[in-house]
Amino acid sequence: MASVEFSLIPFLAWLVSLLAVPAIILLGKKPDAREGITFLAAIVKFGFVLLMLPLVREGKILHFSFSEIIEGIPIEFRVDGLGILFAIVASSLWILTSLYALGYMRSLKEHDQTRFFACFALSLSATIGVAFAGNLLTLYIFYEILSLSTYPLVTHHGDKEARSGGRTYLSHLLGTSVAFVLPAMIYCYWKKGGDINFTDGSLLTTDIGSGAGLIVLLAFTFGFAKNGLMPFHSWLPNAMVAPTPVSALLHAVAVVKVGVFCVIRVFTGVFGIDLLEKLDIAVVVSWIAAFTVITSSLIALSQDNLKRRLAFSTIGQLSYIILGVSLLLPLGVTGSILHVAMHAFGKITLFFCAGAIYVAMHKKYVSELVGIGRKMPITMTAFAIGSLSVIGLPVTGGLVSKWYLVMGTAQSDQIALLVVFLISSILNACYFLPIVYRAFFCRPEESLYEGGRQEAPLACLIPLCITALLSVISFFNPGLFIELAGLISNK
Amino acid sequence: MTDHLPILLLLLPLFGSLICVLLGRNNAAHSWVVAMISLGGSALLSLLMLIKVLGLKSGDFRYRMGGWPESSSYEVGIELRVDVLACLIVLAVMIVGFLNTIYSKTRVSAEVGEKGSFFYALIQLLIVGLCGIIMTNDAFNLYVLIEITSLTSYALIAMGNRRAALSSFNYVIMGTIGASFYLLGVGYLYIKTGTLNIDDIHNYLRSENLWASQSIVVAFILIMLGVWTKMAFFPLHGWLPNAYSYAPSMTGTFMAPLMTKVMVYVMIRVMLWLFGSDFVYSTESIWSELIIWMSVVAIVAGSFLALARNDIKKMLTYLIIAEVGYMVGGAWLGNLNGQAGAFYHILSDAAMTFCLFIAASIVIIRTGESRLNAFDDLFRKMPITMIGFTIGGLSMIGLPPTCGFFSKWYLIKGGVETGQWEFVVALLFSSLINAVIFFKIFERAYFGKIKGIKEEVTVQDRDTIPAGGIKSVPLSMLIPLCVGSLSILIIGIMNKNIFSWITKALEMVNG
Amino acid sequence: MDIIIASFIEEVIVPKFNYWIYVILMMIGLFAMITKNNLIKKLIGMAIFQTAIILLYVSVGVKSEANIPIISHHGHQEHVENAQDEKHSSKLEVSTDDKSDKSDHHAIDKDKFANPLPHVLMLTAIVVGVSTLGLALAISQKVHGSFGTLEEDEILDQLKPGGHD
Repeated sequence: MASVEFSLIPFLAWLVSLLAVPAIILLGKKPDAREGITFLAAIVKFGFVLLMLPLVREGKILHFSFSEIIEGIPIEFRVDGLGILFAIVASSLWILTSLYALGYMRSLKEHDQTRFFACFALSLSATIGVAFAGNLLTLYIFYEILSLSTYPLVTHHGDKEARSGGRTYLSHLLGTSVAFVLPAMIYCYWKKGGDINFTDGSLLTTDIGSGAGLIVLLAFTFGFAKNGLMPFHSWLPNAMVAPTPVSALLHAVAVVKVGVFCVIRVFTGVFGIDLLEKLDIAVVVSWIAAFTVITSSLIALSQDNLKRRLAFSTIGQLSYIILGVSLLLPLGVTGSILHVAMHAFGKITLFFCAGAIYVAMHKKYVSELVGIGRKMPITMTAFAIGSLSVIGLPVTGGLVSKWYLVMGTAQSDQIALLVVFLISSILNACYFLPIVYRAFFCRPEESLYEGGRQEAPLACLIPLCITALLSVISFFNPGLFIELAGLISNK
Repeated sequence: MTDHLPILLLLLPLFGSLICVLLGRNNAAHSWVVAMISLGGSALLSLLMLIKVLGLKSGDFRYRMGGWPESSSYEVGIELRVDVLACLIVLAVMIVGFLNTIYSKTRVSAEVGEKGSFFYALIQLLIVGLCGIIMTNDAFNLYVLIEITSLTSYALIAMGNRRAALSSFNYVIMGTIGASFYLLGVGYLYIKTGTLNIDDIHNYLRSENLWASQSIVVAFILIMLGVWTKMAFFPLHGWLPNAYSYAPSMTGTFMAPLMTKVMVYVMIRVMLWLFGSDFVYSTESIWSELIIWMSVVAIVAGSFLALARNDIKKMLTYLIIAEVGYMVGGAWLGNLNGQAGAFYHILSDAAMTFCLFIAASIVIIRTGESRLNAFDDLFRKMPITMIGFTIGGLSMIGLPPTCGFFSKWYLIKGGVETGQWEFVVALLFSSLINAVIFFKIFERAYFGKIKGIKEEVTVQDRDTIPAGGIKSVPLSMLIPLCVGSLSILIIGIMNKNIFSWITKALEMVNG
Repeated sequence: MDIIIASFIEEVIVPKFNYWIYVILMMIGLFAMITKNNLIKKLIGMAIFQTAIILLYVSVGVKSEANIPIISHHGHQEHVENAQDEKHSSKLEVSTDDKSDKSDHHAIDKDKFANPLPHVLMLTAIVVGVSTLGLALAISQKVHGSFGTLEEDEILDQLKPGGHD
């Protein structure tokens, strides 16, 4: 039993980016000072998160609550291994994305940059709120705030395409959460007799029965539609109308990972692995996830728009995570939690590259990338590393998490699921490697590009190099992540 | 002094309205001052009353009109009865009345012309009637007060344009049928029990065990039909949308949040205090099943009808019809959470409807357009108005921390507890429809017109509204809006306290 | 057949004929309010409807061989208690052996006085009815002023999208 300790730091970590919002709006007329605030907030936030790391590694659980809003349910922060891991990933990548966004937005001379950065800070605040949420209601509230605060980012361009994309985005995310999560949450609240705080054990008990248990489980799994599980996945490709920094941080890391994070929380915190084993209902989720993995990979193959291809790849990778958790084995859960981090580094690299290509060359279709490797060698090298990581090949972090996932699957004796992993890995390779190959190794006459090197501005280039590097480092040094994941899965 | 609070807060607006009449035509400015004083004073008194009642151990107190002595058997005089629930609603009525008077300041001369002082007289009378309905403990008095509010509201609505007169006429017909049904039901009760005091009727029904009597069942049905007509419970809602949307704007902003809600309170009062929960819920359990299904239909139909409307105020009025479904369903769930949720929703719905109606009125007045395309690009031009509208809209959808979320929370919890899943589904469904409705508007207001797509009708040049149009909206309209949207948040954040007061009062009557 | 009808009249209609009359009147009124096309006819229906209910109350208050309830030579206190007794006596369908037997020690014989309460209530209801009617007439005048007609279908024709509104 981990010791629970009161601490103000989770609250502060949450508050920092929230306080940045008014500051950003007030400094709207001075872009440099405005971006300064963003960086300051991002770094301070990362600092706070790091401050909590040693405490959590000692096995402590940090806890902070205020304002009991409904009988027995306060707004509560509770930091454990899973939460801190997610917070580290999100807040560290925020720093890089801020730098990237700076380069991207300025070189494209985007409009309404103040709104953009303000909403960005707000959505980061909500993300941290989800990561540290100590009960279902807090989780739900921040989940909704995240949906709403990212809406202006998705519809940033304000044209017809952005508006219809934004409509799909909001209707899918809000619709599912209100229709499924809210009743499931109230059901738990009622069943538990007025208490939905997460603890080490499970919230529900066996008396729920398999039927009701399955309904509640599915309501949560589909309700947190940010996890991109089919059939509620179509918001993600539609959200690709957003500027690339948004797609990179939010739709490869923060928003979608919030979705799977919530599902992991539901599996480990609300139901508990033991209970799910007894009820024997998780296998339904496994198969839905397996279906999503294969289908989305197939769709990704046919996408010519680079960002959409990445989006469908993300949908598949997210389902890996859900699949891993639903195996109900320590190895699978560890693999899932690891994959949250590893996929984040890999996918954000790919998005950064896509954005860099757009900034430098104004290209956004896969078919236009033939021969671009000579023009933008650094970007495309990073792209190659990112692809390797997402496919799960050495020497990238993706291999580590996939290793655990495959091991978990093997341990569970579900050969069919093992085959799913295998096929999808091949498909991943099929939709990424040709891009890399044709970018570098095409015949000169095929190449669509001429002339010397022309990379994106440094502000774009540096972040993508760092994230590519992180992907590699996390292969050689995954210890911290494994340790944090173990805090949850070994219970 | 504090013993006389209930009657004092009725007398203040009553005399206020008399003074307004005496001031005569063309004296709207003075009448406004009179109304502000009387309603402000009454609002303070009702706050005092709430504080007093919260301090009472017994939970309620009675005021004997005319000083009739207490008697051992039936009550002779007419009683006012005040408990926490009544106090909360009276406070809501007074605050909405006061804020609405502020709002009316500039609108009265524009919309009703020289009859301004009569408008203030009527609105104060209406408030007297509403508070009387809430506090009275006498079934027949309740009828008279219902008719007082109805008569004043017919007149208030008819002050609008020619369509308003027609819809007011329809309202007269429907309203009279409703009130007469209620009177008929009271007649049956009186024949059976020989008294009109609500507590006495209840005790008599209980002691003589008259619940199986056909006359009582008929009386109950008649009263329910009457009350439902008055509260526009689907399918008895026909009169409401036209009446509220064609009425002068300051009439709409007052009546939309309050009239139906007060009638919902009357329904709860009739159910729990007059007939008693034993009769209402258990003996005729088919009823609650049936009525919950009716409320499900009301919620779904109201939401769909709202979705189909392109007129701002019409859309909002259909939303009211859906919300009435929430409250009726909640009250009929038959458990504490449902009842308290329905009651809490009365308060929160009053706040959010007020907010939305004020914002919508401002938008319609400023843009001169009553269809949804009035909202094009308004976030930039009228930011404060739109923020108020947004808060109201989010509350309608039911997102935390607005009060709409918490009322839905309690109602759904009530539905889950009793296993009325159809009600839960209907609530969630209407949330989703509301989300569609409001985000459609937010999108328009946020992005403006899509370039390259021609609107079917462009009534007037949108550029006549200056950017940052806040300066062109008088403060007397913005203050009520701001207070209204703040109160949405306050009711939301204070939900735990309010809810515990409500449950305590309800536990007392449920036994 | 005749016997059945006769017994029906004797057992169902005659003892409760006041109820029958009020129900028939009320239905006539309701019918007129809902189906009539002319606004004034609707109002006439409304008046009949309200009168029917008044009739119900008043007929309930009838007591044969009773006088008007004005009691002289009594102080204030008795007056109060008397009023209470009157209330009791109006329980028509309740057996007479309830609380009213304690009024025996009073000098006033409740059978000699009619129950004033229903009549008083109906005075109020009449006032309400009259004011509703007056208001409704005023409104219909306004409708006539702006539409030039009191026929509902003609008004609705004017309000159709093609019309000038």
